[in-house]
Amino acid sequence: MEREPIALGHGGGGRMTSDLIREVFLPALANPRLEALGDAARLDPVPGRLAMTTDAFVVSPQDFPGGDIGALAIFGTVNDLAVSGARPVAISAAFILEEGLARDDLERWVASMALAARRCSVEVVTGDTKVVPRGQGDRAYVVTTGLGAVQAGAPPGPEAIREGDEVLVSGPVGDHGAVIAALRNALDPGTLRSDCGPVWDLVEALLAAGATPRFLRDPTRGGLGTVLGEMAEASGLSVEVRDDALPVRPEVAGLCDLLGLDPIFLACEGRVVAVMPSEQAEEALRAWRRLPSGQEATRIGRVVQRAPAPIVRVTPYGGRRLCDVPAAEPLPRIC
Amino acid sequence: MKEWTSGLRDPGRVRGLAAEMAALDPGRPIRLMHVCGTHEHALCAAGIRDLLPEWLTLVAGPGCPVCVCPASEIDLAVRIAALPGVTLATFGDLVRVPARISLAQARTRGADVRVVYGVADAVALARSLPDRTVVFFAVGFETTACTTAAALRASPPDNFQVLSSHRLVPPALQALLDLPGETPDGFLLPGHVLTVTGTKAYEDLLSRRPIPMAVAGFEPLDILQAIRAILEQVRRGRAEVVNAYPRAVREQGNRAAREAIAEVFEAADAPWRGIGTIPGSGLRLRPAFRHRDAGEVFGLAPDPAVQDAPTGCRCGEVLLGRQEPEECPFFGNPCVPDDPMGPCMVAQEGTCAARYRHRRA
Repeated sequence: MEREPIALGHGGGGRMTSDLIREVFLPALANPRLEALGDAARLDPVPGRLAMTTDAFVVSPQDFPGGDIGALAIFGTVNDLAVSGARPVAISAAFILEEGLARDDLERWVASMALAARRCSVEVVTGDTKVVPRGQGDRAYVVTTGLGAVQAGAPPGPEAIREGDEVLVSGPVGDHGAVIAALRNALDPGTLRSDCGPVWDLVEALLAAGATPRFLRDPTRGGLGTVLGEMAEASGLSVEVRDDALPVRPEVAGLCDLLGLDPIFLACEGRVVAVMPSEQAEEALRAWRRLPSGQEATRIGRVVQRAPAPIVRVTPYGGRRLCDVPAAEPLPRIC
Repeated sequence: MKEWTSGLRDPGRVRGLAAEMAALDPGRPIRLMHVCGTHEHALCAAGIRDLLPEWLTLVAGPGCPVCVCPASEIDLAVRIAALPGVTLATFGDLVRVPARISLAQARTRGADVRVVYGVADAVALARSLPDRTVVFFAVGFETTACTTAAALRASPPDNFQVLSSHRLVPPALQALLDLPGETPDGFLLPGHVLTVTGTKAYEDLLSRRPIPMAVAGFEPLDILQAIRAILEQVRRGRAEVVNAYPRAVREQGNRAAREAIAEVFEAADAPWRGIGTIPGSGLRLRPAFRHRDAGEVFGLAPDPAVQDAPTGCRCGEVLLGRQEPEECPFFGNPCVPDDPMGPCMVAQEGTCAARYRHRRA
């Protein structure tokens, strides 16, 4: 028998809300802090400084090869903590659902969230649900906030970047953005999958190897190019990138050719960009390549004196081109 | 797809072919012109001009359909969009081009202006808005005109109309040759357009004025092969149309696409930004399709008093290939893609935008 879809009453705070929590959220996300169902989750103290981040997820479509809005909502927030050098401690999740959403869809996304949280060894400790009338939302939006414990060796930030530093990326760029672009344009993504996944193990591996990254970032919206542009602006330097060193899967490059996109500005959801002192670059790459998620880690360029643009691209034919960060993303609502 | 494009981008082959150009030095400066925004983008992104010998200049002509659309026709689109019950659908770049006001400004003031990726989206929009008149503001050369024609032949809903600013490439090449002053030594022909028109239409140009031409594809090696084909003609004193893009272009072009254009449109004199009116270079709906012509239906026509560019902007000269974008006093400051003064910096295919996005370090 088909179950009743989500109704306005499920966001009303009454018995229907309690039923939804008991039937959908608690079984999937089970942990003592969530099960206490207090107005706020009470957490044990953690040593050292705390990091906190928040992110809203409005991806369209919500399901895509390699992930869905639930997984993205966990990994996105955990990854923002990770690149700040913080181990994830707890997550809160708020759901804004559109009236008429199928129960199966919600349950699938929550199950996917639970799986993602387990992979990151983090609990969803508190949450909220609201329902908006049909036509006033796009099925589901999820907002997650993450709390993390900052670890020793956490990167200081872009102001620490120096001329001569090397720029590394942990794997092929643009997979997530390309999958979403394919689905939006009614193209078959084929073997292409989103890279949606956790990056804490990549950060932990660098710190455990005693490396001292100057700057770490997960290149999500705006992709690798936007991260390079932002760090160049913040450090007052430029980044020189060799186009033939950029790791781009052939499927992604082909799709970009078809749609007129540049893979360096397409979103990733499971990669890290690291700026390393040059003498540590080789060791950092070795540490990454020992991990399944870092097999294809590579050097893409280096930090140079300030040029008239934040990014200088060396073409395969030997020319050097200036590259600016576009004002707006090529594709909205990708995460 | 990757396999064959990577061969056409192979750095060794590209540099090798570029180096071979040196042997074709005719002992005088050579100025070639392409007329395609996609060529300009490909040239800039790969940095092809850096590989060419000093005696060879490759300039961009009027190859960006958004750029050549005169302000008076954008102004007409703005006035139609402002009419009650009208939704105007067009390409994203066109929405930002300044006229008396841009379509984007018209939207801010309450007009219903929608961005579409093509005519099919506009027809779908008309189906979804049965109580409104959806006007598709159509720009583009033969490559886009055939899609507009196909949509009109396929019985779209009654509330679908077209404002045609389509243009034809061969009359523009003829006009460039007829202009007083220096003419190019050869034309690099736009591969996409030729897939529709075929090479025949360009051979007709030769009967009026001999000039070396070669059809070019869009990968670095495609472009260099076409340049070499022109240089070889220059050296031998020949003038012909060489098809250097045979994997896509046929002598007869795409017959179905040409027939669709011929059934729906007729050639008409039309103004081009920077050039002026070129005889037979526009496409007007034939009488059988006049009920789809938004200008006719609303009794509105372009106002010739509307100026093409702000004072000082060199878009007109850039479109003629008479000035390089970098020679414009506004290039890069204050005119940039995010805050453009003229259409050549607005459109993705605009010469100024391509040069700025990939400027030399």
